[in-house]
Amino acid sequence: MELYQYTARQLQQCLSDNEVTSEMIVNSFLAQIERVEQEIGAFITVTADQALEAAKESDIRRRRNELVSPWDGIPIAVKDNMSTKGIKTTCGSKILANYVPPYDGTVIRKLKAAGLPLLGKTNLDEFAMGSSTENSAFAKTCNPVNWAKVPGGSSGGSAAAVAGYEAPWSLGSDTGGSIRQPASFCGLIGLKPTYGLVSRYGLVAYASSFDQIGPLGRSVEDVADLMNIISGYDQLDSTSVNRDCPNYAAALTGDIKGLRIGLPKEYFAQGLNDAVKAAIMAAVDKLVAAGAVVEEVSLPMTEYAIETYYLITSAEASSNLARYDGVRYGLRVADEDSITMFKSTRSAGFGPEVKRRIMLGTYALSTGYYDAYYKKAQQVRTLMRREFAEAFAKVDILITPTTPTTAFGFGEKKNSLEMYLSDIYTVTVNLAGVPALSMPVGKDQEHLPIGMQLIGQHFAEEALLNTAYTLEQVKLKEGCVHE
Amino acid sequence: MISKEQVKRVADLARLVLTESEMLQQQQDLNQILDAADRLKSVNTTDIEPTAHAIPLTNVTRDDLVVEGLSKNDAVKNGPEVTKGYFKVPQIME
Repeated sequence: MELYQYTARQLQQCLSDNEVTSEMIVNSFLAQIERVEQEIGAFITVTADQALEAAKESDIRRRRNELVSPWDGIPIAVKDNMSTKGIKTTCGSKILANYVPPYDGTVIRKLKAAGLPLLGKTNLDEFAMGSSTENSAFAKTCNPVNWAKVPGGSSGGSAAAVAGYEAPWSLGSDTGGSIRQPASFCGLIGLKPTYGLVSRYGLVAYASSFDQIGPLGRSVEDVADLMNIISGYDQLDSTSVNRDCPNYAAALTGDIKGLRIGLPKEYFAQGLNDAVKAAIMAAVDKLVAAGAVVEEVSLPMTEYAIETYYLITSAEASSNLARYDGVRYGLRVADEDSITMFKSTRSAGFGPEVKRRIMLGTYALSTGYYDAYYKKAQQVRTLMRREFAEAFAKVDILITPTTPTTAFGFGEKKNSLEMYLSDIYTVTVNLAGVPALSMPVGKDQEHLPIGMQLIGQHFAEEALLNTAYTLEQVKLKEGCVHE
Repeated sequence: MISKEQVKRVADLARLVLTESEMLQQQQDLNQILDAADRLKSVNTTDIEPTAHAIPLTNVTRDDLVVEGLSKNDAVKNGPEVTKGYFKVPQIME
């Protein structure tokens, strides 16, 4: 096995046994990037020189016994909507094609403080708006499992980088499923933390009351470790929640006896692919065998999730993206007066999907339509939050499919509404601000990964991770038996 | 149904200029999404407080301390047109 095939935990072990150096690890990943990046296209920017320099510094610290964290020297890839000082941050948009942030976002600062070399910035749908990474202004990203399929989105590059062994783990951001859906399509574990658990400072805003940064990895342990690195209160984010964070890795006991699992019937209704449903039910059976109890629950408001989600997120996006005016940063298309300059700049800089959402949001917030659309959607959002709270009075976690189907092909979704419907099982989580994790539970007839979603109440990340870990261990044992 | 005139007005509010074909596409897409959104009208939301944030926090304040910020140089570094440390824009007054 080559170093680039190791999980972060395995790399950590090799480093602490002094079998390898961080420089060797980073070189192994850079060589793999060199080999496969032409086909996969996971990155917008590869930061080879910086990564090697950081690795060498880590190796010096190791020799001096001055390690800054247990993960010192293990490299990572980060979605290109997180501000990195001195490294281009494009958000997959022409309007920020040459933007070089003058500061690090909080998660980037935390990665650096933990000694993680940054391998590069990964591709995404423009401003994280999309479900296939096809909306990137720069590159096409292929699903490493099957190059004819999309990697999902919007964190498609972050998922493809890990699935293609170009990075051991990565960070994505999730507004309506943008970590979980690509994790599902690429066969990875992806966690959307509780809103407010990970600082958004330096995350370029799409829909501020939904956006949340989270980890993607190939093992539950890696995802738990990465949560330990990035979570925590931050004064620079006024929506950051001030509470003590647990040790997520310590929560992985493999014991789920008595865990109450709810299966929301609305998530197993029409439109769900048979192979996906069968794989989820088989996984649930394994959890029952491990000591969990299952009951059916109902979340009737799910029916209105997509409309509610798109109205509110588009409204927030139209406001957030007003900042791109060609004055302080990004593209400028010169014109005779300021207003015309704003219009020319924005019209040339934004792609079709971003324009569509800015238009929808502007309309939903405009005089005469605010109450009918925006306020109405915010009220429905309240009902959805209540519904989740009622469900979690009865059960500890909810289990659903992550997506109705496995990875689809390029250009397969013919219109925006059809694309939006691929997020049907993931958007409710962001509307309620609760955490959710996607993990692989099998493959369909085309050998494409099937993802299962575990949803918890606010700050229930430990239960989600431990349940996923328990299932992962059962599957590993079975794998050993079959082999 | 949203008319072409309305699409034009929304584009103007959003500071966008749409080509003729973009205009038609936007009109079609907006109508499709708003048609779907009209289903929300059937939900009874009488006396339901709208959600602004999923995790309610109130009065988030911090001590007013002087800390190091971005230098003026760094702050304007990304400006498309910068003159003497200032962002330059087209003339706005005669």
